[in-house]
Amino acid sequence: MSMRFHPLLLALSLLAGQATRAQHDGHELTEGHASEGVHEMEEESGFDPSPFIIHHVADAHDIHLWGEGESALHIPLPVILYSEKYGLDVFMSSAFHGHGGEVKHTEDGRYEMSHGHIGLAGAHDQHSHDHGDGHNHEHGTELYDFSITKSVFGMLFIMALLVFLFGRAAANYRKNPGQAPTGLTNVLEPLVVFVRDDIAVPSLGEKKAEKFLPFLLTVFFFILFANLLGLIPFIGGFNITGTVGITAVLATFVFLLTSFNGNKHYWGHLFWPPGVPVFVMPIIIPIEIIGMFLKPIVLMIRLTANITAGHIIILSFVSLVLIFGESSVAAGYGVGIFSTAFMIFMYCIELLVAFLQAFIFTLLAAIYFGEATHEAHH
Amino acid sequence: MDALLTPAFGTVVWATVAFLVVMFLLRKMAWGPILTALKEREESIAAALNEADKARSEMTALQADNDRLLQEARAERDAMLREAREMADKVVAEAKAKAKDEASREAENARQAIATERKAAVAELKAEVAKLSVTIAEKLIRTELSGEDKQQALVQKLIDESPLN
Repeated sequence: MSMRFHPLLLALSLLAGQATRAQHDGHELTEGHASEGVHEMEEESGFDPSPFIIHHVADAHDIHLWGEGESALHIPLPVILYSEKYGLDVFMSSAFHGHGGEVKHTEDGRYEMSHGHIGLAGAHDQHSHDHGDGHNHEHGTELYDFSITKSVFGMLFIMALLVFLFGRAAANYRKNPGQAPTGLTNVLEPLVVFVRDDIAVPSLGEKKAEKFLPFLLTVFFFILFANLLGLIPFIGGFNITGTVGITAVLATFVFLLTSFNGNKHYWGHLFWPPGVPVFVMPIIIPIEIIGMFLKPIVLMIRLTANITAGHIIILSFVSLVLIFGESSVAAGYGVGIFSTAFMIFMYCIELLVAFLQAFIFTLLAAIYFGEATHEAHH
Repeated sequence: MDALLTPAFGTVVWATVAFLVVMFLLRKMAWGPILTALKEREESIAAALNEADKARSEMTALQADNDRLLQEARAERDAMLREAREMADKVVAEAKAKAKDEASREAENARQAIATERKAAVAELKAEVAKLSVTIAEKLIRTELSGEDKQQALVQKLIDESPLN
């Protein structure tokens, strides 16, 4: 679960000192959801921020609302698995039993979950469980994980929201043709017009913009809404656009659309750049071809890294409170105040970034489409 | 860290399916109608603005026309006034000239009449004077030549005076 819980963070920063004191007194830690890392590490050398942060920004098989250990409140999500051995298996993630950072098992003993990654039971020892691509290649048995994870769930929610909101907006337009927009439509229309007039038309021209606008609008609003959903506290800290699988798909669509719409001019420039001396060609052509793939890859990394980084920074401020709180109660309070101030500041920046990244992704996609469909005129 | 950087297979599958479905759904039921509606509205607004512009320019043209007409009317009025004034001046001048002419002719006539009268008077006076002088002369002669000696003396005198030699 992410740390974007401002009201909670505020309380947490101030309570951090008390929390650590309680810990020292041997009481069960109940304050603050951020203490899982503390929980894991308390026997040894104190709070380790790294696994704590990674746990909160990484995708998960459940939505962790708050609390730790037995008192934690999780919303289980559907786990959908396919393997040759067991066929298709669908069950809720609550079927996994186990504690904390340990390996959890399903009751039937078929599957196990370790650090949020599901594998076939028994295969865990032989292969690196951090493999992460959902495949398990060991022992000739492959496990395909089609689970509705937290990010997938968030994505589906955003998609449904898009259909609902824009469906209603479109109905509004149909109902009052030629009228000034009102209500919901009034909110969405400037953004639609922004994407059309400031992203699509300048990059593609009036005529071609029409062709690409459905894609650009869908991408823009999906990224924007997903980014904003990640900023809403108390709902499990979604990190949808910080999930590399989802941004990879968006970037792949950009790549495919660019390639399928590329005209003679575009491919000509790629494979035989005009005006370049022949002896430079062996250098230029590979660069151009690498660039073709690099563009969408950078698109993917930029979005993922920006959104994830924002989450990580805020989590780091929380970790600071916990780290200082461990050494002294006063330091915990003191750092807590400053950390909270910085977190509020970061939160504002994150709001900006949510818009900015949606804008940049869409703009660059439009520019790539524009390059691919640009007519030669020289 | 790997969990963050490696695309999960299931996520990719779900994202692809969901994105495609939503994009086609939205294109059909949202983007199409919304963009068309926006375009139509923009066009109607542009048309309305154009019309307003046209009306305004027409109004200006009308105003200019009015102004021009007014100007013309004013100019015409001025011209008429001037003409009338000129006519009046001319009439007055003509009348004056005519009067002057008449007067001078009258004076000339008078002068000629006076001259004629004077001539007549002078002539009459001459005749009268001549008659009178003859009468006087007669009387004088009568008295002078009343005696014989007086007649003789005169003859002598005349003989003396005449340059016969």
